[in-house]
Amino acid sequence: MTIQSTHPKKPTRRAFIKSAGSMTAVALTVGFQWTGTRRAAAVPAPVGALFAPNAFVRIGTDNSITVIAKHLEMGQGSYTGIATVLAEELDADWTQVRVESAPADAKRYANLVFGTMQGTGGSSAMANSWTQLREAGGKARAMLVTAAAKQWNVPGSEITVEKSVVYHRASNRQASFGSLVASAASLPIPDTVVLKSAKDFTLIGQQPARVDVPSKVNGTAQFTLDVTMPGMLVALLKRPPLFGAVVRSVDSTAASAVPGVVKVVEVPRGVAVIAKNFWAAKLGRDALKVDWDDSKAEKRSSSDIMSEYKRLAEKPGISARKDGDAAAAINAAARKLSATYEFPYLAHAPMEPLDAVVKLTPSSCEIWAGDQFQTVDQMNAAKAAGLEPQAVSIHTLYAGGSFGRRANLGSDYIVEAVSIAKAHGADGTPIKLQWTREDDIHGGLYRPMYFHKLEAGLDAQGELTGWRHVVVGQSIMADSIFAGMIKDGIDPTSVEGAANLAYAIPNVAVELSTTKTGVPVLWWRVVGSSHTTFAVESFIDEAAHAAGQDPFAFRRKLLEKHPRMKAVLELAAEKAGWTSEPLPKGKGRGIAVAEAFKTYVAQVAEVTVDHSGRVTVDRVVCAVDCGTPINPDIITAQMEGGIGFGIGAALFGAITLKEGRVEQDNFNGYRVLRMNEMPKVEVHIVPSTEPPTGVGEPGVAPVGPAVANAIFAATGKRPSVFPLVKSGVA
Amino acid sequence: MTTSFTLNGSPTTLDADPSMPLLWALREVAGLPGTKFGCGMALCGACTVHLDGQAIRSCVTPLSAVASRQVTTIEGLSSKSAKAVQAAWIMLQVPQCGYCQSGQIMSATALLEKNTTPTDADIDGAMSGNICRCATYPRIRAAIHSAAQSIKASS
Repeated sequence: MTIQSTHPKKPTRRAFIKSAGSMTAVALTVGFQWTGTRRAAAVPAPVGALFAPNAFVRIGTDNSITVIAKHLEMGQGSYTGIATVLAEELDADWTQVRVESAPADAKRYANLVFGTMQGTGGSSAMANSWTQLREAGGKARAMLVTAAAKQWNVPGSEITVEKSVVYHRASNRQASFGSLVASAASLPIPDTVVLKSAKDFTLIGQQPARVDVPSKVNGTAQFTLDVTMPGMLVALLKRPPLFGAVVRSVDSTAASAVPGVVKVVEVPRGVAVIAKNFWAAKLGRDALKVDWDDSKAEKRSSSDIMSEYKRLAEKPGISARKDGDAAAAINAAARKLSATYEFPYLAHAPMEPLDAVVKLTPSSCEIWAGDQFQTVDQMNAAKAAGLEPQAVSIHTLYAGGSFGRRANLGSDYIVEAVSIAKAHGADGTPIKLQWTREDDIHGGLYRPMYFHKLEAGLDAQGELTGWRHVVVGQSIMADSIFAGMIKDGIDPTSVEGAANLAYAIPNVAVELSTTKTGVPVLWWRVVGSSHTTFAVESFIDEAAHAAGQDPFAFRRKLLEKHPRMKAVLELAAEKAGWTSEPLPKGKGRGIAVAEAFKTYVAQVAEVTVDHSGRVTVDRVVCAVDCGTPINPDIITAQMEGGIGFGIGAALFGAITLKEGRVEQDNFNGYRVLRMNEMPKVEVHIVPSTEPPTGVGEPGVAPVGPAVANAIFAATGKRPSVFPLVKSGVA
Repeated sequence: MTTSFTLNGSPTTLDADPSMPLLWALREVAGLPGTKFGCGMALCGACTVHLDGQAIRSCVTPLSAVASRQVTTIEGLSSKSAKAVQAAWIMLQVPQCGYCQSGQIMSATALLEKNTTPTDADIDGAMSGNICRCATYPRIRAAIHSAAQSIKASS
C-alpha cells in the first residue's frame, strides 16, 4: 500500500507555492511516498495544480480543500476545529475539506499562546488559531472572489460565496473554487480581511462531522504504531528498574540469540534490543541481562515522600498570593477549620503506548510520531543526533491519546528513538521504538504527588474571613527548558487553581513548598487544577457545611465578581435540579466549579455509596463556558471524556513506589475507568460570543471534588486521601 | 514455521513463530494494522478480533491457536451487525483519539451478533474489558443501542 506524506516534501513548499503562483497548470506531484502507511484525512488527496495562499490552506483544481493543522490531533478534535474556523471564512463546502498535519516549522506554525514554539497543550489549539485561521480562510476567499470578479468583469462586492461555489447572481454566473484556482494563485495576498459576524456563521457553532471519525471506525487511521517501511526494524528499550539508576554491565548473549534480534545497543537511557519485528524485540529484551548501578537512584517509597511533604506543610512556603493577613484573620475567627488532602502520582496511560519511528543519517533525522511539542522535540532530537535542529523533520501522526504525556520537555521517547538509531549506525535504517504498557506505567513523567493543607476562619455569621492554602510538591518546570517560567520560586503550574482562588474572601494566603525527588514529573490533563481544584473545592464545601449553608448557595454568593464562573455554577445547579433536600439514604449530590485555561466548568455529581462503602457515580451534570462554541458536539465529547478521565483518577488512580520501585505494571495495578463505571453525563454549553477557549482539559478539574463532595453528602465522611480507594471508599 | 487459517474470509498461511501473539502476526506479518496494541495482557481490549465469531484478545492468543480457524479483524468486518455498528459509531461521533475503537467495534459487533436487544447490563458485561482512556463510553453505549435498533428495523 502506498500513500502520501502528511505534508509536501518535494518540491519544497517555497518552490511549490511559486510554481502554483505562476499558474503552472501542470499536475504537480505533491508529497512523497512510503510503504504501508495511510494518510490522516477523510477525503482523497488532491490532484492537479493548487492554490496555496498561505501556510494553512491549499485548494486544488479538483475543488479539494486541504487545511494544514499546526496542532496534534490526539482525540480532542483539533483537526476538525481548525478546519471549521478556516472553512467558515472561506465559505467552503465541508465535504471537500481534508486535513493534513503541518511539518515541524515554528516560523510558520508556532502556537501563538506559547510564543515562538510549535506545540499543542494547555487547551490552547482553538484559542490561538481562532483569528489566525479565520484570516487565512478569509484571505483565500477574497482572492477567489477577486479572481471571479476579474473573469466576469463585475465588481467583487456583487459576488457571493456558498459551499465552495462563487456566484454572481445578477448575471446568473457561478464558478467552482477549483476552476478559479489558477487565476487566484496569481493575485496578491490581501493585507487585511473583514471577518464574518457571529450571526453569519454557518459552520462555527454548528456540528460539522469530525474529519477523523471515518478512518477511526474502519481501522485505517494512521497512528505511529502503524508506520511501516521497507527495512524497518523495531526496538524495545530496557530501562532501569529505579529512577536514576544507570547501566553497570550488560550480558546480551541470550538476547542476541533470539531469532530476529539484529543488534543490542547501549544508549543513555538503557539497553535497546533491535529486531526485525516487535515480538523478536520483546523476547530479546526479556532475555537481556543488565546489571544496574543504583547508587544514585531514588530509593524512597512514595509513603516516605508523602511523610516528608506533611512535615513541610507545617512550615511556611513561598508566597504565591497574599491578600491581607490570613493567619491573623483565621486566629481571630469565631470558627476555625482545617483539612489536608493527599494526591498521588498519576500516569497518563494513553491507549497508544509511546512510540516513534526515526530514520537517521549522518546529515538528517526524520521522525514519525504523535508529536505534541514539535519545536522542543526538534531541539532535543537534534542534540541527541548531533545535528542542527533544522536537520530534523517531523511527521506528526494521529496520537492514540496523550493527556500531556507526549508534551514532554526532555522528549524522552523521541530522544530514545534517536539515540537507538544513532547507536545502530545512523545508516538510514528506519527504526521504530515501541514502548510496552509496562514501560509506560513504569516510565515516570507522572502527575506529581502533592500534599495540600488548608485552613479557614468563619465569623459568627458564617462568612469566610480568612483562607490559607499550603501546596507541597514537585515542580514540573524545574530543571527543564521551561524553568524560566518559574518566577520568585513559584512554578505557576504548581499553584494554578489555588493562587487564583475566585471566592471573595478578604484575607487569602497561598504558599508553595517545592520539593525535589528522583521521580520525573510532567503535566497531566488540566495540570495544576488536577489537584488544586480538588483541594479548593473540597475545602470550600467543608466551609459551607461548617457555616450551615447550602454548598451551592455558599459558593454562589462568593462569586459575585466572577460572572462567568457564577453563571456555569448556576447553570449546572439548575440543570441538575439542585436542592438543599438530601437524596435518599446512601445517595449524595456534590457540586464543584473551576476555571482552567480561561474556560469555566461547573459539575454536579450524584453518587450511591453501598453498605460496604463502594461508590458508584450515577450522574454528572456539567455546564461549560468556553467562549464561542466552535463545535458543540466536540465540546460535549470533551466534557464527557474529561469527566470519565477525572472520575477514574479520583476513584482508583495512583502510581506508588516501594523502595523506589513502581508498584504498578499494567492496567491491572493501574486501574482506570471502565464502561460499567461511567456515569450518565449531561453537558450544557453556555452561549457566548467571547473568543473561544479550550475544552480538552478543563472538564477534568471539577469532577473529582464534585464526587468527593457527593460522597460526603451521602455518608457524612469527607474523603481526604486520594484516590478514594485509599479513603476506604470506591 | 507456518500456520494456516481463514483471515477475513480468505485462506491464509503465515510464516511466523507459532508462539507469536496473533496481534503481532496480524499487524506485522499479515500487514493488517487496524488491530491495536494496548497492554499485551488481555486487560484493555484494544487488540480484540473475532475467532470463530467470538471476541478474543489477540495479544495473548498465540498464532498456533488459530490454526484452521476463522479470524476476523476490523479490516474484514462485513456482517450486517458490523455495518450497523460502524454506521452508529459515525452517526454518534464516538471516537476521540480513536486508538481503542477497532477493539470496541469488534467487541460491540460480537455482542450484537449474539444478542440483538442488549440491555445496559449486557453492554457492561460485553464492553467492560475494553478500556477507552478518552472515556467515550456514553457514546459507545448509545451507539450499541442505536445499532441494535437499526438491525431490528431492517430485519
